[in-house]
Amino acid sequence: MKIMVAVKHVVDYNIVPRVKQDGSDVEISGVKMGINPFDEIAVEEALRLKEKGIATEIVAVSIGAENSKDTLRHALAMGVDRAVLVQAEGKLQPLGVAKLLKAVAGREQPDLILLGKQAIDDDAGQAGQMLAALLGAGQGLFASEIKVNGNEIEVNREVDGGTETVALQLPAIVTADLRLNEPRFIKLPNMMMAKKKPIDVIAGTELGVDFASHLSLLNVAEPAPRKPGVILNSVAELVEKLRIEKVLA
Amino acid sequence: MSVLILAEHDGQHIKQSTRQAVTAAAAWQHPIHLLVAGADVSAVAAEAATIAGVAKVIKVEAPHLVHLLAEDVAAAVQQIAAEYQVIVAAHSTLGKGVLPRVAALLDVGMVSDVVEIQAPATYVRPIYAGNILATVQSSDAVQVVTVRATSFEAAANGANAEITSAAAPAAFAKVRWVSEQRNLSDRPELATANVVISGGRSLGEQFNTLLEPVAHKLNAAIGATRACVDAGFAPNDLQVGQTGTVVAPELYIAVGISGAMQHLAGIKDSKVIVAINHDPDAPIFKHADYGLVADLFKALPELNAALG
Repeated sequence: MKIMVAVKHVVDYNIVPRVKQDGSDVEISGVKMGINPFDEIAVEEALRLKEKGIATEIVAVSIGAENSKDTLRHALAMGVDRAVLVQAEGKLQPLGVAKLLKAVAGREQPDLILLGKQAIDDDAGQAGQMLAALLGAGQGLFASEIKVNGNEIEVNREVDGGTETVALQLPAIVTADLRLNEPRFIKLPNMMMAKKKPIDVIAGTELGVDFASHLSLLNVAEPAPRKPGVILNSVAELVEKLRIEKVLA
Repeated sequence: MSVLILAEHDGQHIKQSTRQAVTAAAAWQHPIHLLVAGADVSAVAAEAATIAGVAKVIKVEAPHLVHLLAEDVAAAVQQIAAEYQVIVAAHSTLGKGVLPRVAALLDVGMVSDVVEIQAPATYVRPIYAGNILATVQSSDAVQVVTVRATSFEAAANGANAEITSAAAPAAFAKVRWVSEQRNLSDRPELATANVVISGGRSLGEQFNTLLEPVAHKLNAAIGATRACVDAGFAPNDLQVGQTGTVVAPELYIAVGISGAMQHLAGIKDSKVIVAINHDPDAPIFKHADYGLVADLFKALPELNAALG
């Protein structure tokens, strides 16, 4: 079984993003970047399926600018077999990404496509579902467990109010939730080796799809701060304050 | 032209988030239609028809819709989509699964988790785990939007809308529902509760025994931090935060919660935030309206007693 994993290069999850002075966008120049954490979970899952002897080849794909190669190298250092960068400059939105991923899937013919459930920069959570729609495939979203049975995959998914299990016919799309696994720690020698591995580069414009943006960013702002809080001395005082606030029945 | 809302229900009743989506959809000032899909949803459709602002309810019934798989629901939306300028759902598990699929089938972009509709195609939505609010404008002929339900008031009853039926498309053959595990509780639903009391990992095995009595008295939903869920003290669906459930209750009580960024992102729209933690330096105190530096194992029973 061949697995394709989509990985996005995003601002590191430890960074608190700042707004540019003119409010036009988020300041990302000079900010530490890395693999989208949910995509890292997707890569880890692919690796585990290979270690179990289920997957035979894993191809990591990133869509974006040249610096997305860093995230592909991260995936290579984790252990994926090959990496493909679809070079596309400028603002990309999930629909465009899904179309480009579909085009790559057309070349690679994977049996399973894994993605993170959302990217931690735009928090859209759309690409996996859109890709599934474009491929006419089933979607196993928010996966916390995956079991492969021949030509079918069983996905335990986290839903409002509990969990649900669905069975998808392959090829299918699965998006990773937090509890699917804990990604492995990358050893330095693996990182060094990954630096030497080739990355296939395809120009997005060569794939013959329209990935133009449908959304324009008008401005960004930080949410209004809350008013300063009060430290109380006792439970009795707390209950009194809550009665004054009329939030207690 | 009209606005189509994908209604969410539990087979018996319309969910609160659908009423909140109706309020959001009023921004377009077009007639609002609700799509109610399911196996046997006449009662749900009848309830939907009474929501103020709803002009029409479209019922799509089929035995295979007893469990709403996104692939099937998206097909049901797609078959009537040509009549609509706007397609809306709450940003819930169902909406998140269905609407991106619908958007791709219609070859339009989508806007997720909208917290404010400024103009018919201009939206405010949180990015970077709620640390930034982005105002975006869509150029698509059909607007496909999920809304953060708690950012909008719930529409009350007051309509007597027409109910029509549409045929269900054939079942999507490549997906099969296998099973579900619902964490049944008589507590209000976490995403829409007026009061939420959440616990951190430090509650340990006493998570339920400490929180339940207080939650019962406050008619509150119970939430948990990711660490608490990962440690196995609370089920997954109680996780509050950017990657769990985003809440915006009148009152949020954080017990033994230090206040990680992801957690704060999920609670910051709460009206009043109370933090109880023994560590006076816990970041949660910077975000709380009322803080109590105390040992939760003493403070919770005290709170329970004080609530009578």
